[in-house]
Amino acid sequence: MTTYPLVLADSATMLRRNLRRMRRYPSLTFFIAGIPVVFLLLFVYVFGGTLGAGLGDVSGGRAEYVAYVVPGILLITVAGAAQGTAISVAMDMTEGIIDRFRTMAIARISVLTGHVIGSVIQTMLAIAIVVGVALLIGFRPTTGPAEWVAAAGLLALAALAVSWLSIALGMVPKDVETASNLPMFLVLLPFLSSGFVPTDSMPDGLSWFAENQPFTPIIETVRGLLLGTPIGSSGVLAAAWCVGISVVGYVWARRLYDRSPARG
Amino acid sequence: MTATSVRSAIRATGLRKSYGKQLVLDGIDIQVAEGTVYALLGPNGAGKTTTVRILSTLIAADGGEVLIAGHDVVREPDAVRALIGVTGQFSAVDGLFTGEENLQLMADLRHLGKREGRRRVDELLERFDLVDAAKKPAATYSGGMRRRLDLAMTLVGDPRMIFLDEPTGGLDPRSRRVMWQTIRDLVAGGVTILLTTQYLEEADRLAHRIGVLDHGVLVAEGTPDELKRLVPGGHIRLSFGDAAELERAARTFDGAARDDEALILQIPSDGGIDSLRTLLDMLDAASIEVGELSVETPDLDDVFLSLTGDPLTEEATVR
Repeated sequence: MTTYPLVLADSATMLRRNLRRMRRYPSLTFFIAGIPVVFLLLFVYVFGGTLGAGLGDVSGGRAEYVAYVVPGILLITVAGAAQGTAISVAMDMTEGIIDRFRTMAIARISVLTGHVIGSVIQTMLAIAIVVGVALLIGFRPTTGPAEWVAAAGLLALAALAVSWLSIALGMVPKDVETASNLPMFLVLLPFLSSGFVPTDSMPDGLSWFAENQPFTPIIETVRGLLLGTPIGSSGVLAAAWCVGISVVGYVWARRLYDRSPARG
Repeated sequence: MTATSVRSAIRATGLRKSYGKQLVLDGIDIQVAEGTVYALLGPNGAGKTTTVRILSTLIAADGGEVLIAGHDVVREPDAVRALIGVTGQFSAVDGLFTGEENLQLMADLRHLGKREGRRRVDELLERFDLVDAAKKPAATYSGGMRRRLDLAMTLVGDPRMIFLDEPTGGLDPRSRRVMWQTIRDLVAGGVTILLTTQYLEEADRLAHRIGVLDHGVLVAEGTPDELKRLVPGGHIRLSFGDAAELERAARTFDGAARDDEALILQIPSDGGIDSLRTLLDMLDAASIEVGELSVETPDLDDVFLSLTGDPLTEEATVR
C-alpha cells in the first residue's frame, strides 16, 4: 500500500497543508528570521568593534567582524528554526486531525515529511532575509555564484538535519510548552563553535568541544564557500554530520509517531 | 445472534485493553451486521472510546481479534482504513483552515482528483449547511458547525462504515436532531454505523442493536426492545396527599412498593387499558383519594440501573 507515488502525492498534500498553516500563523516565521537578525546587529554593532580587533588581522575592526560572524549567524538561523518546527509539530499532535490522518489509508510518513520539507523551506526563507540584512550592513562574499549555491545547498542540508531532529523533539513531550523548550540547546551550540570567535581563543576543554561539535565544520565550510577561507576536511565532516543527524532524527521521529497515541 | 444471510461488517471477539494497571476493556465481543446501526451505551470511562479507537486501527488491543468487512485490523490496517471513516470525540478539523480547505485536504488525501474532489467538496458543503461558512477558518465555527464539518470530512471518501464517538456530545437540541437525521440518511444509503453515546434516548432512537458497556464489560446486548424486556415490567405510580391515604391504598393493593416519605405507591402493571380500568375501579370502591396518577413504562435508564446497580447519570471516575 505504501508505494512511492502515494508517498510523494501525500507528502505534497501535507507540505501544502503546512505551508498554508505557516501563512495563517505568520508570527512564527517572523520570529525565526527576526531573532538571527537581532543577533547579527547586536554582534556587529555592539560587540563587533572589539571582537573584530581581536581577530588578529591588520585591518581588524567591525568590517572584518561582519564577514567573520555571518556564517555563525546563518547557523543560528538554522538552529533557531528548530524551535518553531518543534512547536508546530507539537501543536499539530495535540489536534484531533492527526488521529484522523492515522485512521486514513494514506502514506503514514507523509505527515512527518510534510512538516520536514515545510520547515526546510521556512528556514531557507529566513536565511534569505538574514543574508539580505547582512548585505545591507556591509557583508561582501568574495567567491563566485557556484560557491554561493554550494553554501545554500549545505545550509539546506543542515536545515534538513535540524528539522528531522526537532520533529522528534516536538513529539517527545505531551504538551506544546515543553516541546518549545526542548530544542533550546540547539540555539546554544553555534555559540560554542567557531562561529563567533576562533576556537583557539577558548579555554582547553571548551575549545576541544568547539572543534569537535557538528556546527563548527558546517560553519567553516560555509565560511570557506562565501569568503574563500580554507575548507580542508570540514566539507566532508559537515556533510557527514548532516546526513547522520538526519538519519537519527528520521528514525527517532518515525518511532515516536508510530507508537500508539497515549490518550485512552 | 445475527442471521447468517447478513454479513458481519464488524466482528470483534475477546477485546482486552489496559493502560498500566487500569483495565479498560475486559473481553468484549461485538458483532455488527452490514447496513445497521450499533450503539455502544455507557457512562464516561466505560471503555467506549477505547473500543472505537481499537476498531478504527488507532490503537492496538492487548488481546482479541477484530475483523472489519473481513479484514484484520492488525494485519491489514490499510485495507481497513480504506473502508472506514472516523469522527472522534475530539474535533478532528484543522482550526487554521477554512471549512472548504479542510474538505479539500480530505479530497486530496483520498486521491479523488481535481474535478471529482471539487464536486465532492461543494456537495458536502451544501449538504451540511456550511456554504456560508465555507471561507471562514474552522476555529471560528460553533460547536455544532465544527461537528458537521467533522462528519463531512469523514464522508469525503464515501466510507461504507463509519465510527462515531459521541456524535452529539455537547450539541444543542437542534444540532442533535440534525445529526440524528444525518445518521438516518447514511444508514438509508447502506452505510454501517457504530456509535457511542451516553444518551439512552439516542441509542433507543437510532440503533438496531445496543451494547451496554460498564467498566470494560458488555453487561447486556440486544435490540432496544429486547433490552427493555430485561427489566421487570412497568408500573402505575400513585401519589397521595397524606400518610393515612397511602396506608389505605397500600392495604388495597397487595405487593405494591410504597415510599412513605414521598407518599408514593408503585403498583406493578403492564400499563394497558384493562389493568388501568381495574385499578381505577378498585380505587373507587375503596374511595381512596389519589393526588396524581402516572403510567411508567421501563426505559433504558431502568435497564442500566438494574444491570449495573448504578444510575447512568452518575459519572464513573475511570480513565
